Amino acid sequence: MTFVLPPPYRIEPNGTHPAYDVADYRSTALRAPTRPLHLLPQRLTELTGPVFGTDRVRPGDADLTNYDGGEAAGQRIIVHGHVRDGDGRPVPDALVEVWQANAGGRYRHPVDQWAAQLDPHFAGGGRVVTDAAGHYSFTTVKPGAYPWQNHLNAWRPAHIHFSLFGRAFTQRLVTQMYFPDDPLFFQDPIFNAVPDAAARARMISRYDHEVTTDHWALGFRFDIILRGREQTPFEEGG
Amino acid sequence: MGTPSQTVGPFLAIVLPWPDGPDVVPPGTPGAVTIAGRLVDGAGAPVPDGLIETWQADPAGRFAHPDDPRGPAERGFRGFGRCATAADGSYWIRTLKPGPLPAEDDALEAPHIDVSVFARGLLNRLVTRIYFPDEPAANDADPVLSALPPDERARLIAAVDPDGALRFDIHLQGAAETPFFRL
Repeated sequence: MTFVLPPPYRIEPNGTHPAYDVADYRSTALRAPTRPLHLLPQRLTELTGPVFGTDRVRPGDADLTNYDGGEAAGQRIIVHGHVRDGDGRPVPDALVEVWQANAGGRYRHPVDQWAAQLDPHFAGGGRVVTDAAGHYSFTTVKPGAYPWQNHLNAWRPAHIHFSLFGRAFTQRLVTQMYFPDDPLFFQDPIFNAVPDAAARARMISRYDHEVTTDHWALGFRFDIILRGREQTPFEEGG
Repeated sequence: MGTPSQTVGPFLAIVLPWPDGPDVVPPGTPGAVTIAGRLVDGAGAPVPDGLIETWQADPAGRFAHPDDPRGPAERGFRGFGRCATAADGSYWIRTLKPGPLPAEDDALEAPHIDVSVFARGLLNRLVTRIYFPDEPAANDADPVLSALPPDERARLIAAVDPDGALRFDIHLQGAAETPFFRL
């Protein structure tokens, strides 16, 4: 019997992802590849991927606001959403890793020299796993904007870094979640490296009053869409 | 219409490295090989804020994953490695050499490891593959390698260090630029 591979994952439309070489983002200059990329057909290694359960998540990993026995400073927020593929199917049991600056815009990292104070009670990062419906949720504080060296008076809009595995090597995604109506988008070369305006909008979370909790925290919703799959012959027939 | 990719930025080490990240297999596993190398930028400088991830089949060519149409690998083989680069750009993993893989039209993929590279300045991950130097015949027949120009083919085959460890340096740019793939 001839060996048949599972259906591959669809390639996203042009403009969904940034180019590698983006002149306005200076760090790409010596790091972006200069030769054309080769197409890697999706075979077994690309159609499978690491599967993580809750074994990678420790108690407390879904709350970044009470590190070392105290309360983090800043606006407490609940960030939640669904991880789905491009066909709307939930992605369950997917490891989601997040990291961010504290409320003052300072990262818990030795390279970060911004003068804002470190917060002894802000963890800086967390991990969650999506449930059977592909839903995730964690509690944190709204990160501050912070300056960087890229251009004169350069400030990163407030953002939370997300790392997702999905179901297959091909679906691996690292992205950043932004906040609605941030006045700093216009001058940020990382956000604007995504060519398509509708795609950029998919990186912006929405305020979610249903999740906002009285006298506790504001809610934000950030749905993440990983690559969808080509149809199987069965689905085409049905 | 997916969510766009963004860079990991310079602070990925806050959460992404795991203490056992490089251990695709635990220390002391019989037959384990170490693969080590450096991540280097276009000026030849080490990249100290990168992350290397690997994904591969087990020695029998099976994956610990439900979508493997031949059935999943034996339980316990993680298949996944992850190592942040050090100040000198170095990374390493400890693993078992994967088996060859069936492909369409009776083709056979040579033993290989898929690699993702993340770093500040990379707005998308970069994807490459590590092949093995002791598989010349399988490498010649591999459908991915054989589609590359000859000079690029050689750059995807790991070198052997004097101590027997395998070496796979990743050059983001330059005369020795590593061949990268789009998926």
